[in-house]
Amino acid sequence: MYDPTVARLTYRALLGRRRALILCVLPALLLAIALLLRLSGVADDSVATNLLGGFALATLVPLIGVIVGTGAIGPEIDDGSIVYLLSKPLKRSTIILTKLTVAVGVTFLFAALPVLLAGLIMVGGSQQIAVAFAIGTIVASVAYCALFLLLGTVSRNAVIIGLVYALVWEALFGNFVPGARTLSVQQWGLALVDRIVGSGVEVTSAVALPTAGILLAVVTVAGTWYAVERLKVLTLAGEE
Amino acid sequence: MSAETTPTTARAAEAPAGASIHDIGYRHYDGERHGRAYVRRSLYVQSLRGAFGIGRSARSKVLPILLLTFMCVPAVIIVAIAVFTDAHSLVAKPTNLVIGAMPLIGLFVAAVAPQLVSRDLRFNTMPLYLSRPMERSDYVAAKFAAMATAVAVFTGLPLLVMFLGGLLGKLKFADQARSFAFGLVLVALFSLLHAGIGLLVASVTPRRGFGVGAIIAVLTIPYFAVNMLMGILWYNDRQGPVEWLGLLSPGTLMSGVQSKYLDGTSDFPGEIVVSDVAGAVYLLVTALLIAGSYALLNVRYRRAGL
Repeated sequence: MYDPTVARLTYRALLGRRRALILCVLPALLLAIALLLRLSGVADDSVATNLLGGFALATLVPLIGVIVGTGAIGPEIDDGSIVYLLSKPLKRSTIILTKLTVAVGVTFLFAALPVLLAGLIMVGGSQQIAVAFAIGTIVASVAYCALFLLLGTVSRNAVIIGLVYALVWEALFGNFVPGARTLSVQQWGLALVDRIVGSGVEVTSAVALPTAGILLAVVTVAGTWYAVERLKVLTLAGEE
Repeated sequence: MSAETTPTTARAAEAPAGASIHDIGYRHYDGERHGRAYVRRSLYVQSLRGAFGIGRSARSKVLPILLLTFMCVPAVIIVAIAVFTDAHSLVAKPTNLVIGAMPLIGLFVAAVAPQLVSRDLRFNTMPLYLSRPMERSDYVAAKFAAMATAVAVFTGLPLLVMFLGGLLGKLKFADQARSFAFGLVLVALFSLLHAGIGLLVASVTPRRGFGVGAIIAVLTIPYFAVNMLMGILWYNDRQGPVEWLGLLSPGTLMSGVQSKYLDGTSDFPGEIVVSDVAGAVYLLVTALLIAGSYALLNVRYRRAGL
């Protein structure tokens, strides 16, 4: 189920060299904004929910999800070095599950933890905002990782497709077509946040918590299962 | 011929007896040698075609065409509304259309820029380019020009649709031409700025996937962050720093410029238009960013691909 060597390789592919820098900049920006708002004295509960819901959960988490989820397997398939991994006596499911675990761990470090810290910096423990958004982020990023890991095994343009989903579907279509919001990982995360957060804070989600929970579980499990299936029949094509 | 045979015969004199160089009949190239400008132009045309997938496989045409369709749909809808309601003006200005389509343009830049430069680094084709009569600065100039043209075509096409559609809808020519001209100025600034940023980020990583992610991160994350901060400060009655915050992301920079100088509607909170001083700084920062990214690209390619 879990192979330390695969984990080490994935971990190095994700955080090796300059890539860790890109991943560090995003949460650093969130923390800087949180600190700025705190120091300028405008940070209250509604500002905190705005920043964490409208910026962190809406753009930062999907983007980190895309980079980490596709980055866990995409480059290996791209340059063909995945064959060395596939030729080892390892189950394909072990490879996918290990990569998923590492990806979730990395998003936890670079998305959920900064969200928690940003919340604490802005409003402390007030209305459990920080904890609620951190938990929402963790759940959403598990789904994102599974989804984008699957994309990485399906398409060469995984990053672009993932970004189209995150930016065009969730951000643009979600604003115009209410139905698009039901099928949005971000809204499912918000449903969970809505439940945990104190009653004095407005957090609106387009879906109810039970629906959100079911959809999250379905996306994560089905995404992982299909990624394993794809990896079983993977054919390597040359660069066009 | 005689100039070439002289050293050979000289060496042949030292060589052991019986050794000789045979002329096995390869033809010499006597045609015109085209030189730097020709290479630069070829690379420009080839890169520009490649940006839209022309001359490449069908699969690489899908994404540019899809994004271009998404770009043009709002313009067609705007024209349709004006034609069928007999309105006297279009419901949106061309400049605002460009600003509104920012996420799509960001995706296009992210898709194209790594394709233009990252693959040359990854497959070590740089030495092949440089074995031609071509300097490193030529490579940068050709790629920069191709990228800027690609973004300009991508963002300019919906404006053209709006302009022609407006004329078909019998709107006033002078009004339409004026707002179209303003739109084109914005397109020019926009494409230079985004070409510079996109190529610079893409040239740092040979991996396409990470290039795409990094460009999107650089273009959209500051944009959303700045918008969010502006809104928060505005609703908390701290208007002072709002107009200066716009300097911190390429998107809001362009947005500030278009509302100040190009007759667009401001999409800053409270529809504020930046002051004269701030406006001048906006233009200065835009110029510095374009020039700076071009200069940095040249610095990057001084050693790239060796």
